[in-house]
Amino acid sequence: MENESGKQNCEVIVVTSGKGGVGKTTTSANVGTGLAMLGKKVCLIDTDIGLRNLDVVMGLENRIVYNLVDVVEGNCRVKQALIKDKRHQGLYLMPCAQTRDKSSVSPGQMIKVIEHLKEQFDYVILDCPAGIEQGFQNAIAGADRALVVTTPEVSAIRDADRIVGLLEANGFKQIDLVINRLRQDMIKRGDMMSATDVVDILAIPLIGIVPDDENVVISTNQGEPLVGSGFPAGIAYSNIVQRILGKEVPFINMERGISFWTKVTGIFHRA
Amino acid sequence: MRYFFHRKSSCQVAKDRLKILLISDRVSCSPEVMELIKADIIKVISKYMKIDTMNMDIQIQAKGSKNNGRNKTPVLYANIPILDLHSK
Repeated sequence: MENESGKQNCEVIVVTSGKGGVGKTTTSANVGTGLAMLGKKVCLIDTDIGLRNLDVVMGLENRIVYNLVDVVEGNCRVKQALIKDKRHQGLYLMPCAQTRDKSSVSPGQMIKVIEHLKEQFDYVILDCPAGIEQGFQNAIAGADRALVVTTPEVSAIRDADRIVGLLEANGFKQIDLVINRLRQDMIKRGDMMSATDVVDILAIPLIGIVPDDENVVISTNQGEPLVGSGFPAGIAYSNIVQRILGKEVPFINMERGISFWTKVTGIFHRA
Repeated sequence: MRYFFHRKSSCQVAKDRLKILLISDRVSCSPEVMELIKADIIKVISKYMKIDTMNMDIQIQAKGSKNNGRNKTPVLYANIPILDLHSK
């Protein structure tokens, strides 16, 4: 964290959640791709050793030769482990090992690799594994800021709260919330917590609301992140990217003409 | 689908459950620890007066806010009815 000195405008963002299956990898892939679409040099790092998935979501699984563990162990240079994206200039993926365990990398080694990548990239995005053990410690070690992903469910919010506590304890100053898989119809019925409810409980700044969108599954099937598309989730991810870049973007109207979203937006515009 | 309109919505139930859950999570105080604290408090106060252990209420609450909800100071709240002030 304390790397203010010698930092050349590269931002290192960890995408984390505590609970599994809430959309960390999807968020990492879309945010990374979205930043690259805007001309940024982006390196995505999968830190989920043993259960890597970012490569398949990005559709780059057939190009892996070396991985993060190879870099750490000195089997290859950092450059050799970076896979260039199929579609977007300036987007690279560093996959992790599938046949090793989390203890193959230490937080210190992680910081070293990130320091190296910072020289070449505008953004380094770390896809954190679920849980709060070594994999989490590795992922947050070299990061400047965090995106905490949650869904509007009790279990996911509880874990997100724990993660926020741990990030704060580790000195993180910038922790933003992504609420994934919201369903407007259920919120209207009173059967799902709204974005406002979740933000009230977790009390951290909101950076994105992603509606539950079947196109996410389709895009994952195809290995092409949907950021930048006209689908609801694609628009939501584009907006997150804009906000990461520091632009103020109103929160999207998930369904036409719902005053609820204006309410949410209102809260964050006053902050 | 609100057949039971007199019942709380599941969203409200979730919020209520989370509020209580997160307070104990944040102060890392499990129900077991609370029971131990309660037992010790009973022991100490019983040295000086007779208390109604059946009707006492001890819990951790979040009081006041500094900047935002995350920085609420937890407060140990105890309500202990006294049966006899001069038992010893």
